[in-house]
Amino acid sequence: MAEKEIDELTGLPTTGHEWDGIKELNSPIPRWWIYTFYVTIVWGIAFMIAMPSIPLVNDYTKGVLGFSQRDSVRQDIVDARAAQSGFRDRIEQASLEEIRDIPDLFDFAVAGGKSAFSVNCSQCHGAGGAGAPGFPNLNDDAWIWGGNPDEIFDTIRVGIRSDHPDTRFNQMPAFLADELLTREEVSDVVEHVLQISGQDHDEDAAGRGKAVFVEQCSSCHQESGKGVRELGGPNLTDAIWLYGGSRDEIRKTVATARNGVMPAWEDRLDEVTRKQLATYVHALGGGE
Amino acid sequence: MNGLALFGLGIAAALGLGVAAGAADEGMRIHAMLFAGAAIIAVFFLINRIYEPKVSPAGGSDRIDYNDGVVRAGAIASVFWGLVGFLVGLTLALQLAFPVLNFDTAWLNFGRLRPLHTSAVIFAFGGNVLIMSSFYVVQRTCRARLAGELAPWFVFWGYQLFIVLAATGYLLGITQSKEYAEPEWYIDLWLTIVWVTYLLVFLATLWKRREPHIYVANWFYLAFIVTVAMLHLINNATVPVSLMGSKSYIAWAGVQDALTQWWYGHNAVGFFLTAGFLGMMYYFLPKQAGRPIFSYRLSIVHFWSLIFLYIWAGPHHLHFTALPDWAQTLGMVFSVMLWMPSWGGMVNGLMTLSGAWDKIRTDPLIRFMVVSLAFYGMSTFEGPLMAIRTVNALSHYTDWTIGHVHSGALGWVAYISFAAIYFLVPPLWGQARLYSLRLVNVHFWISSIGIVLYITAMWVSGILQGLMWRAYDNLGFLEFSFIETVEAMHPFYVIRAVGGLLFVIGMLVMIYNLWRTIRGEVRAEAPMAGTAAARA
Repeated sequence: MAEKEIDELTGLPTTGHEWDGIKELNSPIPRWWIYTFYVTIVWGIAFMIAMPSIPLVNDYTKGVLGFSQRDSVRQDIVDARAAQSGFRDRIEQASLEEIRDIPDLFDFAVAGGKSAFSVNCSQCHGAGGAGAPGFPNLNDDAWIWGGNPDEIFDTIRVGIRSDHPDTRFNQMPAFLADELLTREEVSDVVEHVLQISGQDHDEDAAGRGKAVFVEQCSSCHQESGKGVRELGGPNLTDAIWLYGGSRDEIRKTVATARNGVMPAWEDRLDEVTRKQLATYVHALGGGE
Repeated sequence: MNGLALFGLGIAAALGLGVAAGAADEGMRIHAMLFAGAAIIAVFFLINRIYEPKVSPAGGSDRIDYNDGVVRAGAIASVFWGLVGFLVGLTLALQLAFPVLNFDTAWLNFGRLRPLHTSAVIFAFGGNVLIMSSFYVVQRTCRARLAGELAPWFVFWGYQLFIVLAATGYLLGITQSKEYAEPEWYIDLWLTIVWVTYLLVFLATLWKRREPHIYVANWFYLAFIVTVAMLHLINNATVPVSLMGSKSYIAWAGVQDALTQWWYGHNAVGFFLTAGFLGMMYYFLPKQAGRPIFSYRLSIVHFWSLIFLYIWAGPHHLHFTALPDWAQTLGMVFSVMLWMPSWGGMVNGLMTLSGAWDKIRTDPLIRFMVVSLAFYGMSTFEGPLMAIRTVNALSHYTDWTIGHVHSGALGWVAYISFAAIYFLVPPLWGQARLYSLRLVNVHFWISSIGIVLYITAMWVSGILQGLMWRAYDNLGFLEFSFIETVEAMHPFYVIRAVGGLLFVIGMLVMIYNLWRTIRGEVRAEAPMAGTAAARA
């Protein structure tokens, strides 16, 4: 053990310990350090008195401020609702037509609709409603199930091929997979669809395909291919494609069918929010 | 002893092969074969060792024959795993900025690489640095050879096997999905065996010390080893689905499991990344500076207050969750009280330099140490701040947390480790000095710029993210969708990746420098602003 000595540079005594040449000074603890430590301890005790902190056998100390995380979140929700209640009450009373005609109500509905859309709908339809393969573009004029505010509202409410009892429903057969058509007939009908949508096609095959189309497809798409909106049969002639309009994609649609699903929102979003969503989607540009 | 070890290895190999034959899943089969392979390789090395001629220690009777072989191996492993961990981190940073780099494969996607990165840097790099440096420091400060001959090597190789099993497990999709405790039950058991051996080696070395007192660095190392053992055992209490399969279920449920997890997770930071590395600081800083420790009393008080307070701070990871209010309050209060005990280490380190501050101009190792203490002080102030519930409401789940962790991990943990490795490599390989102090300085500046880019990018990104999440328009609707917040963070992700790249480059400079040092070369260069050799 080394002797206790005075460190030349600091003038402080050492403890007399030494390990591998390392010594220690016997300096006092810095005042600011110890007092700051005490302050945090005093604050800690005060905070524990103020807030819920000590677990008891079946309960815990509630603290003199009576803070509760659950109550505070509940209150935040009540406050947020109260702040919007004027508008929300009016939206509840108004028809979608009336909402469009009252400027401040319309602005509120569009703002709320945009917010709800970005949380609930943008995952499939895109942030601006521009859609993606398999998910319709909501900005254009093509509406499979109708584009007036009430029809949009209803689509949101019941969904498409969802588990809602009133869901919008149709089912295109998988013509090749279910052996309703032969491989040749499928190829022919694809050429016909290419023809009526104004794309390059095989003239002979398209001619043969027309007969198949009239027999198999026209009940939902019409003989002209312009679609039947009541049945959700899309217009095939407008160059707007949900699953793609190339020969390969059309063949895949005819062969295996697509039958995409949109969830019903009746149980997930309240009526006021759905009205706002319908107003917003209608106002995106393609509304009828 | 050798016979017993051979017997144990034989059992291990048989166990591995047996499990491989009857494994319930592919991952378990691969791991069992790895385990058996490791045991068989170990048998050959052991037999080789038995027939090796014994060399009696050279020198006089007062000269202690330190066991430095295992320290050398640890230094190499530290540098190797450090590079691996940093490279995986860089990959992740790039994946976040450019998701196409996930390459659509399960093995390389973000979800599997992320635990690979965290485990590689914390447990593989940090763990090896801690084991290696503790083996060096405990011998020097006890003036005693490391206890046991095979045991330290078992700790070293057993720990490397743990790392390989954990890392390959992540890529194979084997995980118990607990953050920083992802390895499955059989890997946990293996680590337990290794860790207990580590504890025994350390304790036995302390036991045979020739110094009257136990040096402060060893208190911190011991606290780290003991507490990590306790945390590991309790957080990994699981029930395997089958003894032949990799899957298990945690014994705890719901919020109890969450609390146990963050009790573990936070103390992994506290005892692995803080206490252990403080132990390193307490040895290498006074050695390099050639100055006595500033205050013995401060080291006692901040050691015990740190140990006592840290263990309660975990619930601050669970603010605004199902965790009861009272537990959240306690987590926050203990975190705030932890501020000064954490700073005690920084104060003691920086004040130790009083009288030696001129060395910061001439000694890049001192630069690494000073900056590491500065980052330590900064992140241990930021930590209590972020533990305050109202601050946490903004910071939680944002990149601010990532920035906070990296200011501690890159700034504190990695920098004090770099300093220790630069300190150790010349004497361990019998060299008088490093190949180049100027290259150490290059490493210092490149990686410092990298850290600053990384942390500032994450601060801005994190606070921006938090503010965007809670932004409402004047009608009371949420202003932004989630994807809009992701888009806003993109530029900061790119900056972060640049910072990470600089950090990796710095590591490569270090490896080059160490390589030339080990070969005994000295670069012809002008000394840094006067005298370069700080160490006598």
